[in-house]
Amino acid sequence: MSPDGSTVMANAASLSQTAAPVIDARGVNLVFETADGPVQALKDVSLSVTKGEFVSFIGPSGCGKTTFLRCVAALETPTSGALTVNGMIPDQARRARAYGYVFQAAGLYPWRTIAGNIRLPLEIMGFPRAEQDARVDRVLKLVDLAGFGRKYPWQLSGGMQQRASIARALAFDADILLMDEPFGALDEIVRDRLNEELLSLWARTQKTTLFVTHSIPEAVYLSTKIVVMSPRPGRITDIIDSPLPRERPLDIRESPEFLAVAHRVREGLRAGHVEV
Amino acid sequence: MRRTVLPVLAVVLAILALWYVAAIPMNIREVLTEAERAGAEVWGGTAPERQDRSAWALVVRNPDLAPAGWSQERPRLPAPHQVVRELYASTIGEEVFGRRGFVQTGEFSNRSLIYHAGVTLGATLVGFLIGAAAGVLLAVGIVHNRAMDMSVMPWAVISQTIPIVALAPMIIVVLNSMGVQGLLPKAIISAYLSFFPVVVGMVKGLRAPDQMQLDLMHTWSASGGETLRKLRLPASVPYLFASLKIAIAASLVGTIVGELPVQRGGLGARMLAGSYYGQTAQIWAALFMAAILAALLVWLMGWLERRTLRAMGVPA
Ligand SMILES: Nc1ncnc2c1ncn2[C@@H]1O[C@H](COP(=O)(O)OP(=O)(O)O)[C@@H](O)[C@H]1O
Ligand SMILES: [Mg+2]
Repeated sequence: MSPDGSTVMANAASLSQTAAPVIDARGVNLVFETADGPVQALKDVSLSVTKGEFVSFIGPSGCGKTTFLRCVAALETPTSGALTVNGMIPDQARRARAYGYVFQAAGLYPWRTIAGNIRLPLEIMGFPRAEQDARVDRVLKLVDLAGFGRKYPWQLSGGMQQRASIARALAFDADILLMDEPFGALDEIVRDRLNEELLSLWARTQKTTLFVTHSIPEAVYLSTKIVVMSPRPGRITDIIDSPLPRERPLDIRESPEFLAVAHRVREGLRAGHVEV
Repeated sequence: MRRTVLPVLAVVLAILALWYVAAIPMNIREVLTEAERAGAEVWGGTAPERQDRSAWALVVRNPDLAPAGWSQERPRLPAPHQVVRELYASTIGEEVFGRRGFVQTGEFSNRSLIYHAGVTLGATLVGFLIGAAAGVLLAVGIVHNRAMDMSVMPWAVISQTIPIVALAPMIIVVLNSMGVQGLLPKAIISAYLSFFPVVVGMVKGLRAPDQMQLDLMHTWSASGGETLRKLRLPASVPYLFASLKIAIAASLVGTIVGELPVQRGGLGARMLAGSYYGQTAQIWAALFMAAILAALLVWLMGWLERRTLRAMGVPA
């Protein structure tokens, strides 16, 4: 699929360029039993993501974006339907270190340095010490935090903390990156820069990325595929394959193609609203 | 610094003043009895008659005799300077200048408060270590095991509602009949009092990590043990030290209570001995020694806390 040939880092899983989807959801339903009765968080969600795609999930809050990501991560179990990750059930995929998860809050441990935080999953997964150090160095460079390894989280800005948490998710070479509104708590300026960096990171690492956002420009700017969702019950109302090229300078956001995609997303969101 | 010193000083002075005032009516009856025996003129009739009069009336009507309440041999309430004198005599006086003191013999005199404080300190520390370890273990069990979560806490609460003064002699007698004597019974009573704050604090501390941090651990397929070691335990450190400060003070109280029925050394033994022989100054001196010891131990915990948190990278 990817024409840009820079697949140096993509061979880790070596399943690579086959057509088999990395994430395959077919008719996934999830009902939460709450005190106020059942809540249908996901209704008949079907979605196929191939290797190296950047997929954004956009929709009003409560439409099940987080829930879907958590299903992929095996943090929730669908009530019915079929969901595979790298061809495995999500729980197996988790144990095979298929994905790194980035939450809205950086969630760095205050008692560990930045390097210590990034090392944490490596310790748990039993990497040898020397390799831990090498990997920490590598991902720190990748997110542009080289030299900050010995700092403590409170010494870093919010944007830098979030970059560190992305580095932590990248450290063990999972080939899927799950990100739930990672920049939601940051201001617009920092967010723009991090979006650009994330795009270049994605281009370099070829990670299949699932990215939840509230922002239409962010979704259009980053994605090869945009999934529009609507609430009550949480469902997919539109799936848009972006016609934008993979190489995206920031000012692409003024181009007619960009605006056309943004328009379609907005239409999809509105349609979801009217139906209810 | 000056901001804290002044209010503290004011409170101390107020307490001292109140204490001196209180010593006069507290001691007036014995003062008058002694004065009468020495042939002085005493207002208020004979000793039995004086029992029916209020202490303040006796003070006001015998203004010349009353101040002797600050310098009695065996006062009911010793004045502050008498306690300080006793404290000095039974520490520095005994150890430095005494025939059986440390300077002369190279060993602490068994009549000195330093020796007895050492006896108490030993049992307190052993009891504290047992109690703190038990508290942490119980908390870990409560957090990881649903059955323990439901069952342990009610018993822990009940255990603390039984008056320790009633329980201590039983523990000592039972252990004694099993051949266990000396430091251990006291340490057990001390542990009995100190495990509880540690359980309560540690359960809260181990549950301090939020759902997101636990989820993160789960995405890395971390085991319960790894989550405990790398997340729950470090997150609980501030809670741990808060409860250790309470626990070490409770340990000291437990040890002293455990020393009361045995009378083989320790500050508790000194307090009880003082009350047998009417040596109130000795009771008060032992009491102050216990307070000093408690302050030192709590300060030590605070110091350990600061050291630990700094080593963990928490901003100073
Ligand atoms: N653990 C849960 N228990 C009960 N209801 C939940 C739970 N998690 C999410 N929900 C409900 O499921 C719906 C979808 O939630 P979520 O996936 O968090 O939405 P989004 O991330 O799109 O804002 C909401 O109505 C939410 O209240
Ligand atoms: Mg959400």
